[in-house]
Amino acid sequence: MSQLPADITIGGFSDANTLDVSLGPQHPSTHGVFRMNVTLEGETVVKLKPVFGYLHRNHEKIAEGNSYLAAMPYTDRLDYICPLTNNWAYAVAVEKLAGLEVAERAEYIRVIVGELTRLQNHTAFLGFILGDMGAWGTALMYAFREREKILDLFEALTGARMMCNYMRFGGCRCDLPPGWIEGARKIVDNFPAFLDEMEALLTGNEILLARLQGVAPLSGARAINGGMSGPVLRASGVDYDIRKADAYGVYSRFKFRVPRGEVGDCYDRFMLRVLEARESVAILKQAIDGLPGGPVINPKAKLRGFRPPAGEAYGRIESPKGELGFYVISDGSDRPYRFRIRPPSLINLTLLEELCVGTKIADVMVILGSIDIVLGEVDR
Amino acid sequence: MINEVLARIQSGLPGACVELVNNPSPSGQHSLLVNPKDALAVAGFLRDDPELLFDFASNVSGVDWPPKKVKETIVRKETVDGAEKEIKETVERDVPGCLEVVYHLYSVARKTGPLTLRMRTADRGSNVALPSLTPVWKSADFQEREVYDLFGIRFEGHPDLRRILMWDEYADHPMRKDYVAPDDFEYEPTPHDEILERVKARAATPGEDA
Repeated sequence: MSQLPADITIGGFSDANTLDVSLGPQHPSTHGVFRMNVTLEGETVVKLKPVFGYLHRNHEKIAEGNSYLAAMPYTDRLDYICPLTNNWAYAVAVEKLAGLEVAERAEYIRVIVGELTRLQNHTAFLGFILGDMGAWGTALMYAFREREKILDLFEALTGARMMCNYMRFGGCRCDLPPGWIEGARKIVDNFPAFLDEMEALLTGNEILLARLQGVAPLSGARAINGGMSGPVLRASGVDYDIRKADAYGVYSRFKFRVPRGEVGDCYDRFMLRVLEARESVAILKQAIDGLPGGPVINPKAKLRGFRPPAGEAYGRIESPKGELGFYVISDGSDRPYRFRIRPPSLINLTLLEELCVGTKIADVMVILGSIDIVLGEVDR
Repeated sequence: MINEVLARIQSGLPGACVELVNNPSPSGQHSLLVNPKDALAVAGFLRDDPELLFDFASNVSGVDWPPKKVKETIVRKETVDGAEKEIKETVERDVPGCLEVVYHLYSVARKTGPLTLRMRTADRGSNVALPSLTPVWKSADFQEREVYDLFGIRFEGHPDLRRILMWDEYADHPMRKDYVAPDDFEYEPTPHDEILERVKARAATPGEDA
């Protein structure tokens, strides 16, 4: 057994003291088809090698064979919890590549749907991580009750709950339907009450504190070097939010705070999502109040026969999972010469082994849950 | 910004082979092409220099540039029958192919970026290698494995260079431009139905290995 490479152990004893466990790919806590080869000494993790690729379909190659716009619906399938922010990141990259301005109303709509996406992602996160801790079902149902309301909004706007395909280069596909903004305002106004309810049930809960506090702390310097981004980076105390650093779109017009953790343990990563959801509510209120009129797409934008000039661009946004970027090279034709996705879910797993080694096997699921991944994006 | 970074590298690391690559796109993201032998030193300098502090290697991607023929118009002067004439000639020039790795760097400390750093291989052979920058930025770990897997660039000095998305027994590198998909992706090829037809068709085509 011990002669085999690290990634093809199937389970068994490598020597008298350790036990190899193949965790996944069909394990309910791995958030999809993700596998970890874990070596245990008693219950303590001494080695952990993630195994990827079960959901790999080479999205990048597919995109190189299609027109620029044809890659847009594929981006929905990356992080399928947050299709609208995926659309947005791709649109940002291509708009940089083509030097295309975005209609002002579309920028506001993008902020509104993007922050709603963040709300429903973080809500789902609260449910999932409770499931990972063994509170199977109940917390998830509370979370999904709220998430469904936001998905209903997405369906009313785009026609689909999850595969939205809504953004276009230079704007959005269609304007808001009548009554949509009132519905969004109602959900946003009621959202803090839901967060309060969730917090009353969870944040002081003794079992939750015991399972999360002090588990897998991560220092800020290590998080930066390991390429962590988004909530995981900020939970380690690093003040870095792309909405502030790049101020893409119209984010510079909104007032919001960037929450930060202190020790970077699982509890900080958990609480950070709650605090970030509250800030999203603040942004949403400002964006809904300030929504201007006008067209939702730049009249100069071409949907058909779109050929950006030769060159390259890297565009990124703060997606709910972290830094989602697209690197696009154009050779002047109607298809991207190179199409690369910078997947936050994959890169946030870089330090997974470091975080897990030394903890108990039961904590591995909580640590993985606290990073918040979607396998559609990890494997692409 | 990129010119200041280049000047800073040249003053801090004299002798390092770094040149500016122009990007004609409206994005204005020009890049620095680094000679592979200096790459590790340049990367360490970019990360640690107090005026640069590019501590966050965000994105690592491979790019395949197959060899191509470029048409160029050359004007030369020739004396024909005593009169000097300008003769325009179209010449086809071979541009050799290469594989490229592109790093997008940001500074979390100084909130700057992106800085685009590129390295090029000498050719597109099956055994090309570039230095790994994982010792400088841990975040390049999985991404360099992905470039190795999909483009076939070996990263020397990488702590754990294995395939990451394709399975270990897979022989080819799918993101190369001249990649041809196999008839059957199954681990043990069991041709059936239309796949069997494709296998037969390919076997019947002369001059191509089945």
